[in-house]
Amino acid sequence: MSHGNMNLTLKVWKQKNKNEKGRFETIEAKGISPDMSFLEMFDVVNEKLINEGKEPIAFDHDCREGICGMCSMYINGQPHGPKQGVTTCQLHMRSFKDGDTIVVEPWRSAAFPVIKDLAVDRSSFDRIMAAGGFVSVNTGNVKDANNILIPKDDADTAFAAAACIGCGACVAACKNSSAMLFVSAKVSQFALLPQGQIEKQDRVLNMVRQMDEEGFGNCTNTGACEAECPKGISLENIARMNREYMGASFTQNK
Amino acid sequence: MLNLYTLKLNFMSKTGFLHSSIGKKFVMGLTGLFLISFLVVHVGINACIFIPDNGETFNAAAHFMATNPVIRVMEIGLFAGLLLHIYQALILTLENKKARPIAYAKVNGAANSKWYSRSMGVLGSLLLLFLVVHLSHFWVDTKVAVFSGKADEHNTYVEMQEVFSHIWVVAIYLFGVGSLLFHLLHGFQSAFQTLGLNHKKYTPLIKKIGIWYSVIVCLLFALMPIVMFMRGMNN
Repeated sequence: MSHGNMNLTLKVWKQKNKNEKGRFETIEAKGISPDMSFLEMFDVVNEKLINEGKEPIAFDHDCREGICGMCSMYINGQPHGPKQGVTTCQLHMRSFKDGDTIVVEPWRSAAFPVIKDLAVDRSSFDRIMAAGGFVSVNTGNVKDANNILIPKDDADTAFAAAACIGCGACVAACKNSSAMLFVSAKVSQFALLPQGQIEKQDRVLNMVRQMDEEGFGNCTNTGACEAECPKGISLENIARMNREYMGASFTQNK
Repeated sequence: MLNLYTLKLNFMSKTGFLHSSIGKKFVMGLTGLFLISFLVVHVGINACIFIPDNGETFNAAAHFMATNPVIRVMEIGLFAGLLLHIYQALILTLENKKARPIAYAKVNGAANSKWYSRSMGVLGSLLLLFLVVHLSHFWVDTKVAVFSGKADEHNTYVEMQEVFSHIWVVAIYLFGVGSLLFHLLHGFQSAFQTLGLNHKKYTPLIKKIGIWYSVIVCLLFALMPIVMFMRGMNN
């Protein structure tokens, strides 16, 4: 179906590795269906580049249904593009017009070094999780599901925080590349539940320390993270983490 | 056991609260709220110029503020709070610059946040410049009068009339107050969020109070140079 297909100009960031200097390259994307996702458009462009014997554009992707958190791309000045509440794989080309020029950049943060082109290394998030984003459980028989009673509201709020897919759009959107929304969601999803209480002080102290060590910026409460988050993680989580951190700093005993 | 030593460790050590990103923002929020409370006093006393008694009430209030020993001690605290706010802002800004070494080529900030929430550093710097002008207009003269024992003769109302007899001075003050308005519009509610005070019931109220506070305080401040200028024209 060629009807309604679009021709676009892409200004794409090309960078060999984290040490080389990057630059923009202008690439024409012709015959793009408005029903394609943004990543499928890149597939078409890459196929053409490969057929011409050129190097394709490197970008991250995995599930392509908005739940894995792998796709990134800072599109026309916004992480995951102009639509709110979606990841790049859920962004469709009908959000653009024929003849548009689209600027595509990687997440830019000292804590997210570029691997190649649009793919960045987000293992700093993994290290923050390893520092405290877990609940230690003993092995043994499976416990009855209703052994520990949890108020419905708490379960819902914890679940909403746990919806974070760790894509890093919050860091990309923040003018200070702060990771507060991500870390606070991960702190909150445990802090709200009884199972998370035992390690709650160590968790928040260690995760915030790791966040600072990774070189993320500080929170100015612009709310850009919340607005750009594909999973609608709330700023309330940041306030909760600040409370937890303050409390833990006052009463920790080591 | 939790004792003073562990508390000191928890807060002051290299990995302690005050060296963490959250701790630094706590300092920004607390000093910010402190300065916000000062503005209430400042605008309240200065609003006495609106009483049509040729500045009698205002001069009495200004004289009290310039000479009362309790207020003098609090003034030291005020400057300490202001300097801490500025120092911490500088540290945070430098860290934030380091966190994104390569800037985006295209940023659509308007899509996700208010311009003034992204411009607190610029607005704060403008305020600092304004403050230098403002202190040289009023604070320095008052100090000279107090320390040379002439506090009783010092007429702040007349001084205000002289300073605001130039239209360009009035313009500078309006620009300074404009910067203050936008700094406060973000700063007021942002301080509460940083201190962890975010609640479904109270946050909408805090945001509303923040807007009303910013608009009323800045409107009153803006009216002062305008009113003094117009009184000067009528004389």
